Amino acid sequence: MDRTRRRFLQLAGAGVVGAAGGTALRAVAREPEAPGSVESVQPQAGISRRWAMVVNLKAVERHHSWDRIIEACHRAHNVPHFSSAKDEVKWIWTEEFEAAFPSQEQPYVTLEHHDRRVPVLCNHCDNPPCTRVCPTEATWKRESDGIVMMDWHRCIGCRYCVVACPYGSRSFNWRDPRTGLEEITKEFPTRMRGVVEKCTFCEERIARGLEPACAEACEHGEIVFGDLEDANSEVRRLLREHFTIRRKPTLGTQPQVYYIV
Amino acid sequence: MHDGWKIVVGLAVFVLLVTSPLVYNALSAEKASVPELVKPPNGAPECVEDAAWMRASHMDLLNDWRDIVVREGRRDYTSGLTGTVYDMSLSKTCMGCHSNKDEFCDRCHTYMAVAPYCWDCHVEPEEVS
Repeated sequence: MDRTRRRFLQLAGAGVVGAAGGTALRAVAREPEAPGSVESVQPQAGISRRWAMVVNLKAVERHHSWDRIIEACHRAHNVPHFSSAKDEVKWIWTEEFEAAFPSQEQPYVTLEHHDRRVPVLCNHCDNPPCTRVCPTEATWKRESDGIVMMDWHRCIGCRYCVVACPYGSRSFNWRDPRTGLEEITKEFPTRMRGVVEKCTFCEERIARGLEPACAEACEHGEIVFGDLEDANSEVRRLLREHFTIRRKPTLGTQPQVYYIV
Repeated sequence: MHDGWKIVVGLAVFVLLVTSPLVYNALSAEKASVPELVKPPNGAPECVEDAAWMRASHMDLLNDWRDIVVREGRRDYTSGLTGTVYDMSLSKTCMGCHSNKDEFCDRCHTYMAVAPYCWDCHVEPEEVS
């Protein structure tokens, strides 16, 4: 029998390749075979919607609502609080008027607006720059209702989106967020270190027919949430009856948070 | 072959050493320990799907649920077993019954030496900690 070392090694190599290939094939061919079913379309998802928000700054100031709004949002979504600015994580926060609306800057009006604190959040832009830079599609604009979504399972923490967002709406978890939480809301997950997060327009609440947490915390119409596609909605009425501005409109991002100032 | 007996003895010792755990298990009366699952104390009588199927494929089900909820925005799952509609939620639906993570999830996962990262973000039921 002609059993050379070369022949033996060839056979051994072929055996290894065959075994590994078979395992790999089986893994690829495995189908998700859950016996149950998921309805192809959720009842309300078939209707075209465009969620938007109107912030009535005058009402916010009249009722001193800033902290109440922030508290409601951050509690509902387990947004951690860190005292150092470097580690800050925020979904909704306040900016000075000039910082929120730099294109409105002019010497005399600014004096009057100088101390105004504007609640700001993710604008859920119609043309979001953040989603275009994501290498893993962990963030994307939902075509059914315009929400700029995040998939925290898929985020690799590259922070391209943090840089791309012109509104500073995205925060990176430099530290384990659970160390910055006094109390954890069980219904909503926390994030882990190394993941970017931001406001989701409370998509998990909208799905259950609820308003976003910030709008719910406002009893005096400081924040109104609704559907722009519905001509009779409250947001459309407000936009008809009031002059509103948006943040940095010249950038062409088409933000969907409107401000009555 | 010079010193062939040395090689044979060496090989025999080697084989004995490598197979010793198997031999030990085969000879000892004690059976290998298998993790014991604690059923939910006041949970529903049926799981989302057949228990045997769940035991084998819950990870696939959870992966599917995750993708469907987060990426497609759909939330209702109709059980193939009972036809009941469930909210596709790990913390609410699964842990609503299996409220003891230590005794339910971890026991098997530790035995199988797998470390799923669900709980890095999702909040485990309180009574455990």
